[in-house]
Amino acid sequence: MTHHLPRPEAQEAAQAFQNAAAAYDEAAAKGDMFRILAEGGQVVRPELLPAAETRLHLYRQMRRARQFDERGWVLYRQGRLGVFPPFGGMEASQCGTAAALTKDDWLFPTYRDTGAALTLGLPIARTLAYWRTSPHGWQMPKDLKVLPFYIPIATQYPQAVGAALAERRRGTKNVAMAFIGDGGSSEGDFHEALNFAGALNAPCVFILQNNGWAISVPTRTQTKATNLSHRALGYGIPGVRVDGNDVLATWHVTREAVERARRGEGPTLIETVTYRVKPHTVADDPTRYRTDEDTAGWDEKDPLLRLQQHLLAEGILTEQSDAALQQEVAEEFEAALAEADSYPDPQPAEILEHVFAEPTPQLVRQRAELLEEV
Amino acid sequence: MTTETVTTRTMTMVAAINDALDIALARDPDVCIFGEDVGVMGGVFRATDGLQRKHGVERVFDTPLAEAGIVGMGIGMGLAGLKPVAEIQFAGFLYPALDQILSHLGRYRHRTRSRYHLPMVIRAPYGGGVHTPEQHADSPEAILAHTPGVKVVIPSTPSDAKGLLLAAIDDPDPVFFFESIKMYRSLKEDVQTGHYTLPIGKARIVKPGDDVTVICYGGMVEVCQKAAEAAAQAGIGVEVIDLRTLVPLDLGTILASVEKTGRVVIVTEAPRTAGFHSEISANIAEEAIEFLQAPIVRVTGFDAPYPPFTAIEDLYRPGPLRVARAIKKVMAY
Ligand SMILES: Cc1ncc(C[n+]2csc(CCOP(=O)(O)OP(=O)(O)O)c2C)c(N)n1
Repeated sequence: MTHHLPRPEAQEAAQAFQNAAAAYDEAAAKGDMFRILAEGGQVVRPELLPAAETRLHLYRQMRRARQFDERGWVLYRQGRLGVFPPFGGMEASQCGTAAALTKDDWLFPTYRDTGAALTLGLPIARTLAYWRTSPHGWQMPKDLKVLPFYIPIATQYPQAVGAALAERRRGTKNVAMAFIGDGGSSEGDFHEALNFAGALNAPCVFILQNNGWAISVPTRTQTKATNLSHRALGYGIPGVRVDGNDVLATWHVTREAVERARRGEGPTLIETVTYRVKPHTVADDPTRYRTDEDTAGWDEKDPLLRLQQHLLAEGILTEQSDAALQQEVAEEFEAALAEADSYPDPQPAEILEHVFAEPTPQLVRQRAELLEEV
Repeated sequence: MTTETVTTRTMTMVAAINDALDIALARDPDVCIFGEDVGVMGGVFRATDGLQRKHGVERVFDTPLAEAGIVGMGIGMGLAGLKPVAEIQFAGFLYPALDQILSHLGRYRHRTRSRYHLPMVIRAPYGGGVHTPEQHADSPEAILAHTPGVKVVIPSTPSDAKGLLLAAIDDPDPVFFFESIKMYRSLKEDVQTGHYTLPIGKARIVKPGDDVTVICYGGMVEVCQKAAEAAAQAGIGVEVIDLRTLVPLDLGTILASVEKTGRVVIVTEAPRTAGFHSEISANIAEEAIEFLQAPIVRVTGFDAPYPPFTAIEDLYRPGPLRVARAIKKVMAY
């Protein structure tokens, strides 16, 4: 049940970008990150508020993601989901950015980007199956260009450049969006990709989610840089630093970047400043490397809470409609869970399938051996 | 006769590795340990637990997340006289560093006519059996063994891990040290305290036997021992050889055993095609074919990526049953 927002008309988009570019510059000049909605739901850039319908859409997407994250924990404890990396608190960073895409665009998500994948339309049941370590989770819907969650860090960045160039070569206006973490932005692949994208003017949007940690390593140990959006400068492409807990800001900035890419104006790097409130994975123990003070305050910055307060204040949401929406989202999840539960168990031979279009003689033989043994 | 009392402590493999690193740091100020999460956290498997606190951030430190950077920096440190001990968090993530390894780590001595050499150790947890996500269970040892100029060590017990790691750190040349994730905590034994080394390039006869030679290393040793026990019940004497190091390979121990038994099973959890098992097989064919009474049988993973499918993962990684079947097969020939 994913609704996609309409694409803005070219002229409208160009105007919006003008407005936005001025706003980013203004924020950057003050050493700030770009935001539209401050903590407590205060609107700081009223002229950039998207339509009520868009705000509601973003709220729903974040709720769907949160539902997955929260239920995921419970399911993990019940042994009904495998080890997965939680992303609670990062919904604005993931859903706001992915919501700027349409189904014709590419999404290259990391393991932590369940929220982004769900927002683009990856079915919840498939996503559950993926984190259940089931081959059913590797079956991507044919009408989506989303790749399975990338486990090796940074390797997807250059691939996004390639996909973007292929779209341009085919004459489409489609773009590629890739995600990475603050840690991942240390890898060589990240830098090669930014350089390629700039040099080749690829229609790419690079999301760098700065969530403060790469497992136990805080960003300050990861790099001496204090503003990761500056990494774009070295490659001659625009870099924007945005409040990653303000979904209106992440959506706004990303939509501008997507439209720029569609117009042939090249790639953008967007640093979303957020926080990994939860452990690295459900099996990780963060008390080994961070204190409660490190994490203090981030719950109050919760992106859902912020938008909820705003929507309630504006009357776009009422207590009642909010409850109904949350109920709907919960029901959607439970239905998807039932679907995931109904997927048949993986068959032994599946470990040898899909290696080549035609299995090699060796694989044929190994398959026979395997089946003989089970 | 002087009696030297050897003190021991019960340790898992990961504890023995931690002990070896601790001793190496204490013995030699040139030893430095670095990698992703090895400092404050003590490694995702706790192999470096407590070492930063004890030896300081100059000598045990977290690096940015970049494997090529980790290995390349280590090469520079080694050139300039330090003894770098790098950790690659999982062997399946060492691929970004392959350029540094294949282009430089293995070639430096050769390309400087021994003016420079690289006393570097790279530790990497490898292998399956513990239900990890994608790419966390790879066994890429054959890629390294195929790289001239690097040694490859894969211990299978706590005592071996400690002695071999200390030897690797002493070694003047680069050593890849693969640690089976499955073995980290699966068995405990009494390990000698203090410094000792085991020779790199010397296999271990885990269990002598006259009928079949089973050759294995790392995580497969435990599996083969179980298969050998089962075979013993059926009256088959299995000689289990733990190679301990792939490069250099202890061919002498292998050939002596083949001469004795005439039957060979080789077991690894890496994919079948072009795996290290094939190398052993070829060596036996070249040097001892006249002793073979049956074709050599390889028990391996498959020519497919290691599956992260918990429910069927165990079908990929050889278990005692598959090894036992292979033993039966060579006996029945
Ligand atoms: C190439 C590679 N090296 C190491 C790892 C192990 N690893 C998994 S997650 C992680 C930290 C990633 O941090 P970051 O990029 O900031 O993303 P986050 O997990 O915070 O979303 C590491 C080191 C990996 N998956 N891939």
